[in-house]
Amino acid sequence: MSNDINVKDGLRESATFDRNTMHEIRRAAETGIYDIRGFGAKRKLPHFDDLLFLGASMSRYPLEGYREKCNTSVTLGTRFAKKPIVLDIPVTIAGMSFGALSANAKEALGRGASIAGTSTTTGDGGMTPEERGQSKKLVYQYLPSRYGMNPDDLRKADAIEVVLGQGAKPGGGGMLLGQKITDRVAQMRNLPKGIDQRSACRHPDWTGPDDLAIKIQELREITDWQVPIYIKVGATRTYYDVKLAVKAGADVIVVDGMQGGTAATQDVFIEHVGIPTLAAIPQAVQALQEMGMHRKVQLIVSGGIRNGADVAKCMALGADAVAIGTAALIALGCNHPMYDEEFKKIGSAAGFYDDYQEGKDPAGISTQDPELMKRLDPVEGGRKLANYLRVLTLEAQTLARACGKNDLRNLEPEDLVALTVESAAMARVPLAGTTWIPGQGGY
Amino acid sequence: MKTINMAESSVRELNQALHDQAGECLEREWQVLNPKGQHNLAVGLDQSLSVDIQGHAGYFCAGMNKKATVTIHGNAGQGVAENMMSGTVRVKGDASQAAGATAQGGLLVIEGNAGARCGISMKGVDIVVKGSVGHMSCFMGQSGSLVVCGDAGDALGDSLYEVHIYVKGTVKSLGADCIEKEMRPEHIEELTGLLNRAGVDEDPTSFKRYGSARQLYTFKVDNAGAY
Repeated sequence: MSNDINVKDGLRESATFDRNTMHEIRRAAETGIYDIRGFGAKRKLPHFDDLLFLGASMSRYPLEGYREKCNTSVTLGTRFAKKPIVLDIPVTIAGMSFGALSANAKEALGRGASIAGTSTTTGDGGMTPEERGQSKKLVYQYLPSRYGMNPDDLRKADAIEVVLGQGAKPGGGGMLLGQKITDRVAQMRNLPKGIDQRSACRHPDWTGPDDLAIKIQELREITDWQVPIYIKVGATRTYYDVKLAVKAGADVIVVDGMQGGTAATQDVFIEHVGIPTLAAIPQAVQALQEMGMHRKVQLIVSGGIRNGADVAKCMALGADAVAIGTAALIALGCNHPMYDEEFKKIGSAAGFYDDYQEGKDPAGISTQDPELMKRLDPVEGGRKLANYLRVLTLEAQTLARACGKNDLRNLEPEDLVALTVESAAMARVPLAGTTWIPGQGGY
Repeated sequence: MKTINMAESSVRELNQALHDQAGECLEREWQVLNPKGQHNLAVGLDQSLSVDIQGHAGYFCAGMNKKATVTIHGNAGQGVAENMMSGTVRVKGDASQAAGATAQGGLLVIEGNAGARCGISMKGVDIVVKGSVGHMSCFMGQSGSLVVCGDAGDALGDSLYEVHIYVKGTVKSLGADCIEKEMRPEHIEELTGLLNRAGVDEDPTSFKRYGSARQLYTFKVDNAGAY
């Protein structure tokens, strides 16, 4: 029975063919094209909300909140790089492209990350001067399309991230629709203005982990072994992917769960490919531990991280740091209720907007429209992002101290329990109030 | 001329010595002996050097080259001159797959044959192959020119953007959205210039031109079968 007050008593909505499903069938019938959108998975998934911390009591003692230190800094790239990246906080900004985002948005991300003492990341389309100028620590993505990729920018980067995939679309490439291809975006990508730009799903000059090892060596040679090299994968066969990434020579591995966002891809991809972030972390940690590389090759986790509890839970499961994308955009003003009327004019609503590919974002973030872009002040946006990053860090510290930890990286799986059988199985922590970890101990 | 013998020096030492010329160039002529198929030789150069590699090279030789002239007196492995920005890379023998991948400028000459995906995602480079190229060559090619004096394999120019493709021999098949186009005087002129730059003696009028039909530039449901 429907709880919708607009539906008369006695009318029963199908759980299989609900109104969203019917709408999508009609849309497909009318247009003949799959639904393309931005954002990340919207379906409900086992997530960090399904985990709880066991605060200290008799058997453990906590740290004093305002007097005893809880370290938040992390060093990334200690395996091979001459200049590892030292971050003040373990929350980084994930790769998002200029083209998908406005130049002001990229600048704001750089400003916010720099204030908070962390790194930001380029995206498909290359490095903009605004972003490099405002980012004290900038990770340069090396993507299959190689749009805007050049050795000068490579050498300007503080780290290089070889992107094999992302959580929103593991196994898929990207697309930037023609309406967002301005002169500047087109020039950076060596393509005509106004056409749909397809980003390849795999790298053009290597296939497989053995080739990747040689490619990574090439990148190290070109940059004289100075900067860390990350490998980013979308979460699928994470255990094996992480082992192969270590073998290929990564300094840092980034695992992006299926809640991770995208600028534009097929809805069917976003909702039906990949595994939840929660399920990916223990697989990655297990792979690193079996190879004796946990903490030696650092693990960054992303995909659906929203608050300090999520950060702390990732780290308790074994991550060295996290990355945020969607949450960072929301901190800048994405989907803000102040633009609700304008969202409605383009067929959406504040809190629901995901058509980043159309370039009409009233908040001025996922757009190349000069008038809309002006709505985002990069200085003000940077300040908001820095505030948000600080709150994430303070929240994570609060939880760590409650568990008696003087370093966020001292959090451990033993500090966690799960609320559901599914999350217990995925996170490999006991169901609350029990010692049962599904799949372990023979049952 | 400075000689580096790879039987005695590492790839790291070679590349560092070449990179050290990027600021003040103290030695312009370089010779590399006994390369023996090692990977990543002479990558990331950023100076008008002349580098002669006396033997076979492995993967990514002369990758991301700027300004330098690199000659491989042998065969080249995968991704030779990948993402080259400027300068000239010449392979005296054959090249493996993905030659000149994503390269943005400069000239790549392959005097033998090139494997699959020659010029994949090329972004402005000019490539001249005296022999034949393998399947999926110029896949998603964005700009620049690809000249093939021999034959081309399956799916030439699939999902092509704006590269000018010239083939003298047969094309086994064209990829999606790649079509044969009229060879107008300006194309003869362009091709003549490319052949001259590459030092290849061929009659430009014996080539056919291929390019993008531009039907896949924006999604149209009627083209769904081509995606």
